[in-house]
Amino acid sequence: MVSTRSDRVAQLGPIAGRRAAFERPRYARTLWGDAWRRFRKHRLAMAGAAMFLFLTVGSIVGPFVYRVPINALNFGASMVPPSAAHPFGTNDLGQDMLARIMYGGRISIAVGFAAMLMSVTLGVLMGATAGFFGRTIDLVLMRITDVFLSLPALPLLLLTIYLFREPITRALGPQLGIFWLIVGVIGGLNWMPTARLVRAGFLAVKEKEFIEAARSVGVGPVKQIFRHIMPNVLSPVIVSGTLSVGAAIITESTLSFLGLGFPPDVPTWGRLLFDAQNYLDLAPHMALFPGLMICLAVLSINYVGDGLRDALDPTRVF
Amino acid sequence: MTRYILHRLLTAVPTLVIISMVIFGILALAPGDPLGQLAANPDVPPEVRQNILHQMGLDQPIPIRYAKWAMSWATGNWGYSFASHISVARLLLQRLPTDLWVIGSGYLIAVMIAIPVGVLSAVKQYSLLDQVATTSAFIGYSLPTFFTGVLMIIIFSVRLHWLPFIYNVQVRDPVRMLQQAIMPVAVLALFQSAVLTRFVRSSMLDNVGQDYVRTARAKGLAQHRVIIRHVLRNGLIPIVTLIALQLPTVFTGAVVTEQIFRVPGVGSLLIASIQNSDTPVVMAIAFVAAILVVLLNIAADVVYGALDPRIRYG
Repeated sequence: MVSTRSDRVAQLGPIAGRRAAFERPRYARTLWGDAWRRFRKHRLAMAGAAMFLFLTVGSIVGPFVYRVPINALNFGASMVPPSAAHPFGTNDLGQDMLARIMYGGRISIAVGFAAMLMSVTLGVLMGATAGFFGRTIDLVLMRITDVFLSLPALPLLLLTIYLFREPITRALGPQLGIFWLIVGVIGGLNWMPTARLVRAGFLAVKEKEFIEAARSVGVGPVKQIFRHIMPNVLSPVIVSGTLSVGAAIITESTLSFLGLGFPPDVPTWGRLLFDAQNYLDLAPHMALFPGLMICLAVLSINYVGDGLRDALDPTRVF
Repeated sequence: MTRYILHRLLTAVPTLVIISMVIFGILALAPGDPLGQLAANPDVPPEVRQNILHQMGLDQPIPIRYAKWAMSWATGNWGYSFASHISVARLLLQRLPTDLWVIGSGYLIAVMIAIPVGVLSAVKQYSLLDQVATTSAFIGYSLPTFFTGVLMIIIFSVRLHWLPFIYNVQVRDPVRMLQQAIMPVAVLALFQSAVLTRFVRSSMLDNVGQDYVRTARAKGLAQHRVIIRHVLRNGLIPIVTLIALQLPTVFTGAVVTEQIFRVPGVGSLLIASIQNSDTPVVMAIAFVAAILVVLLNIAADVVYGALDPRIRYG
């Protein structure tokens, strides 16, 4: 993306090249390299990243290693507490909790990422358009953002999912349909903060001299936006995007917990908690393990976001 | 000032109109119609169904339905609940006291915890106290309320048998009333105080390094006086806004907490109404919530100006 120091030096000819050899630091320092170095120093963020990676890999690879079916009924072993045969115990139908939690993790984490991608994409598009073009376009887009910010989020979320669940299930199938519905609604109601961040960044950066320089050599608006301005406003977007993965996982769990999320045969973490609610006295492990997974996932991703915030802050020097 | 408030109120009207259109549009375009239950029943002949639809005005085009709904809303007629056949306004008023009591006290406790903790942890930055406070706030803010609620039920109701886990409005005994409110209030207070503490701390930190603080110290003021009279006064300004923006939930109810502890507030009414396709109630709750958000936004800005003389409204 950015030409390295050495190929710029090569273009300048041999004398400049020799002088540059003195100036060159012992290792190349790039923007992202610096950020990574700072991130590594943040111990809790590294622990969070490791934990989240573990949860993700565990839920993707886990079912291939731990080959217990998620929906095999066994009323003889109903609500068994954790044991060697069932490390996380079983639920009221005698289904193995570990297998269900690993499978559910796939969906919960996938919802988190897909919703984040959607809200970041929407937010970046809205914010960049508003910030770059300004005037009427800015006014209209920011008004829309304000309206979305004053929508009552949770009632609307519940309402939309309840009302559109059946048709979309019929169109796309029970699992995929609900998945896209939940992702769409969470993403569609969470893009506003990103849009504001991007717009503010664009307003600040577009007046800088290097943008003027780009414009003066005939760089078109699309290339100005994505090539020149965007890399400079990306840091806060990455941070808020990271934190929004955790928020989306919580929202999906909340929906499933209220019985308005995935159907019973799709054991997302929130759904598992919902199913456990009636057996808190007989089988607390049914609630504890999925709840713990949600907490671990959200906590670790929030620590990653916190570390990224510190690492991507360009005013910090190490 | 009056002009500013008036201007803000006037610009709020189109926002509210658009919000109402969005909510109405979602409900009207949704395929599940309020007579879904009735339609699924094979005993109801199609003519009867058509008649009911006609009586309720549901066979008219959407814009007309919207206009009629908006007119009656503006005149204070919020309609009748499909499920319980009493007026929506009365239904909401029945639920409101529970919310004010449970959620209101949850917020109050959260504020009472968050401000001292946030202030102390900012004043003694990087101390042990700060680290404990910051870490617990971080964890408290990452734990979803449905998990802390379930955890509390397992510990205090199932294991220790100390507290009842179902909220009962019929209870008149003050001790029992207090007992059953402890867990829902604690769950809310825990989460809210975590969120608020983080804000109080960072807002205080923005201020402690400023010149006017040094001036105050240079005048020879004692530390507590500098912090309380000077820094806190400025540091709390953004917090007032934050609290104002969260107040609507005292009305809309904390849906999750109410659901876990079966607290019969507006939040659980909303869930029940959504599940019963009780459109008038859902509309009313969602729209009142939107009005409160918009109004409190304005109120927050006005209060902000009153607290901070640097801000002038043109």
